[in-house]
Amino acid sequence: MSEEKQTKEAPKPKPKRPKIPRQPMPEQDAHARAKNFESVTLGYTMEQAVVEATRCIQCKKPYCIGGCPVAIDIPGFIQLVKDKEFLKAAQLVKRTNLLPAVCGRVCPQEEQCEAVCVLGKKQDPVAIGRLERFVADYEAEHGEIPLPEFPPKTGKKVAVVGAGPGGLTVAGDLIQQGHDVTIFEALHKAGGVLVYGIPEFRLPKAIVEREVEYLQRLGVELKLNHVIGKIRTIDQLMEEDGFDAVFIGSGAGLPWFMDIPGENLNGVFSANEYLTRNNLMKAFDFPSYDTPIKKFKNVAVIGGGNVAMDSVRTALRLGADNAYIVYRRGREEMPARQEEIEHAEHEGVKFKNLTAPVRILGNDEGWVTALECLEMELGEPDASGRRRPIPVKGSEFILEMDAVVIAIGTSANPLIAQTTPDLKLNRKGYIEVENETTCRTSKKGVFAGGDIVTGSATVILAMGAGRNAANAIQNYLQTGEWWSPNGTPEN
Amino acid sequence: MYEILKKTVWQEQKPRITEFLVRAPEIARAHQAGQFVILVADEHAERIPLTIADKDVEKGTINILFQEVGKSTMCLGMLKEGEEILHIAGPLGKPTHIEKFGTVVCVGGGIGIAPVHPIAEAMKAAGNQVISILGARSKDLLIYEERMKAASHDIRITTDDGSYGRHGFVTDELKAMIEEEKIPIDLVVVIGPPIMMKFVCKVTEPHKIQTYASLNTIMVDGTGMCGACRVTVGGKTKFVCVDGPEFDGHAVDFEEMMMRQRQYLPEEKLAVELCEKQTCHKS
Ligand SMILES: Cc1cc2nc3c(=O)[nH]c(=O)nc-3n(C[C@H](O)[C@H](O)[C@H](O)COP(=O)(O)OP(=O)(O)OC[C@H]3O[C@@H](n4cnc5c(N)ncnc54)[C@H](O)[C@@H]3O)c2cc1C
Ligand SMILES: Cc1cc2nc3c(=O)[nH]c(=O)nc-3n(C[C@H](O)[C@H](O)[C@H](O)COP(=O)(O)OP(=O)(O)OC[C@H]3O[C@@H](n4cnc5c(N)ncnc54)[C@H](O)[C@@H]3O)c2cc1C
Ligand code: SF4
Ligand code: SF4
Ligand code: FES
Repeated sequence: MSEEKQTKEAPKPKPKRPKIPRQPMPEQDAHARAKNFESVTLGYTMEQAVVEATRCIQCKKPYCIGGCPVAIDIPGFIQLVKDKEFLKAAQLVKRTNLLPAVCGRVCPQEEQCEAVCVLGKKQDPVAIGRLERFVADYEAEHGEIPLPEFPPKTGKKVAVVGAGPGGLTVAGDLIQQGHDVTIFEALHKAGGVLVYGIPEFRLPKAIVEREVEYLQRLGVELKLNHVIGKIRTIDQLMEEDGFDAVFIGSGAGLPWFMDIPGENLNGVFSANEYLTRNNLMKAFDFPSYDTPIKKFKNVAVIGGGNVAMDSVRTALRLGADNAYIVYRRGREEMPARQEEIEHAEHEGVKFKNLTAPVRILGNDEGWVTALECLEMELGEPDASGRRRPIPVKGSEFILEMDAVVIAIGTSANPLIAQTTPDLKLNRKGYIEVENETTCRTSKKGVFAGGDIVTGSATVILAMGAGRNAANAIQNYLQTGEWWSPNGTPEN
Repeated sequence: MYEILKKTVWQEQKPRITEFLVRAPEIARAHQAGQFVILVADEHAERIPLTIADKDVEKGTINILFQEVGKSTMCLGMLKEGEEILHIAGPLGKPTHIEKFGTVVCVGGGIGIAPVHPIAEAMKAAGNQVISILGARSKDLLIYEERMKAASHDIRITTDDGSYGRHGFVTDELKAMIEEEKIPIDLVVVIGPPIMMKFVCKVTEPHKIQTYASLNTIMVDGTGMCGACRVTVGGKTKFVCVDGPEFDGHAVDFEEMMMRQRQYLPEEKLAVELCEKQTCHKS
């Protein structure tokens, strides 16, 4: 393989080097881990990290950076790993990504940075995410990144609604510009989906806590249990409480149900409820923790995304004999990350693809007993580009089941919109913004980003939106310039 | 942290009923009748919904009343004056629709009298003729009588054992008011055990008296994120924490709601047993 070909525009890179295979990720044994809530992947050793780092050919025109929504200096930090300057590498990453230990674990790298890594054309791409996780974990264990130097206080106050990855990013960026930042979070823990949705075995909660503490050390004020729209409205924050700008990062959240018979039977949950009980409330540790969750024998999870994979793997860990994914399209069409699907397969999840639920059956006491399904076949591609599933006539069949978890998506939470009438929403109820770069809403001084604008997306996209919003807020606080949807700027 | 400024035990006998006066100035300021809070007593506790029974905006306090029906409420009841509740989020839920309806009957059963209190107060302030019916199992289990008197023009009391007021249920009193006294009622607001709310709705339905029932489903987040609190109202799925807690009582599927409330019965029992054996995390 010739390297000139891969980096056409770049000057000739260093002379040829031996081909080193992509370093595999050490994992807990699949059988053992399917019964515990500990981390599935264990992280690179120092040796593995250095070996993997040497695979990067330090492209002069690194495409990988363009594939990362927050444009981390990927070759830069990888070079530092190669030089065993792990703390410096972590510092470099943190300059653009506040949550590297999180992104290194949960980013869909195969669709982002690693998808465009030049090595990927001929062999496996550099394991960018794993290296990012390695440096972040190394830093957590070995050192404290010194607090950055602060510019003088500006006297401006910014309110951030929602402590998910989007809100945390905005807060981190703006506090470093000298503004006063207060985060209002509805739940009793900060982190958004990172604490209530994504399970411990994929993302240890201690990591999120550590990052939130870091923000507090930087001076961000965190007000938990503050449901904006209820305890204070956006207008009150701006008119009475003296906030000069507001960022809304309240996430998607309202779970969808399917509107099929039997959905309110006992034993039917939204994925959000199932996961929140476990992650936020630690129901897997009942009765040591007070929040209960049932241990079901046969659990069906409906859906094919990350949320469905997290739910089904949680069901296994809670002791289910059979944990099924019921998905109406094929494996190819599953929106979940490849790695999560594979992990689920290895752990023993049973996949019922091309299967659609039509009815949930229950007993006299109101408990789920079975799920009636229909086989599907794939037809022409639909608007999403995926082939549309079509029911096969007369193919109904029944699966014995005692719990059904519905993971088919969420829509916008209406609490803020209900009390902020001049905030424009789109057809689906998400907040409308001018564009991705400015994140300006229809209401002066109010910005929005993350899932509440795009619908359910990814951690790093929410963080990218947070970064853009922080820049736009900085600009607004300095110039006071606003926009008008008709094109004429306002002051 | 939310300090308990005052603790009042309304009823010693099990299930004990306790009232806390809690410092929560921001919640007190934002509260409107009909709203509730979700509280988490300590690091290991559940999120439990309790109605704001009273408030003092000046002093920055709210009152919550609870009956010790399970582990979480039992643990809460162990807290003393001066101690703190770890988390309280609120006010949550939609406020009661308050306007001048005419004659409004506020029905509270058992512990449900406390949550009906701010509604009666607001209805009276809006110029309604407020008649309250308070129901309890017996005289010494009756709570908030004085406060409800102040919030109403007329007050009726029923006890299951006849130890005070009418011998019977709140529904008997309500029926008598409609059928015998022929009081023209414009609205009934009812809060209490689901079974009681169901029967109150059955009484008012044939007379086409609009009836608000405040539902107390199992909840987790209380912000519309999990769907644990869902109920069927008029054939549609609604989330009690964001669409309610009050709904048109004639449209609520109470049977389904009661079925869903029984979901964790064995777990709840186990938790109480461990608690009583003092092997829970608190001891
Ligand atoms: C189970 C699950 C698994 C996922 N797996 C992955 C994955 O592997 N990789 C990946 O990249 N993405 C994944 N995602 C998606 C990703 O987590 C989200 O896209 C991302 O968290 C969105 O960030 P956000 O900041 O917009 O909002 P969120 O993370 O949703 O945070 C919003 C916060 O705002 C708070 N809030 C809401 N309303 C209010 C209010 N009125 N007042 C105050 N606070 C409020 C909420 O409580 C919450 O804490 C997953 C999502 C789920 C549910
Ligand atoms: C909007 C709302 C307002 C409420 N206001 C009050 C209030 O002001 N005072 C008060 O004492 N209670 C109120 N409740 C009920 C209260 O939340 C429950 O009693 C409490 O959560 C029970 O917790 P536990 O762990 O002590 O009991 P558990 O062990 O959880 O339950 C014990 C028994 O109570 C039943 N139960 C469980 N959860 C609920 C529930 N949410 N509602 C009714 N029964 C339940 C169970 O089926 C079981 O029989 C309210 C509920 C809601 C949804
Ligand atoms: S943040 Fe995500 S996309 Fe960016 S480099 Fe890291 S893993 Fe890749
Ligand atoms: S990670 Fe891949 S694309 Fe980026 S610099 Fe290294 S080899 Fe080039
Ligand atoms: S309690 Fe979770 S949606 Fe209502």
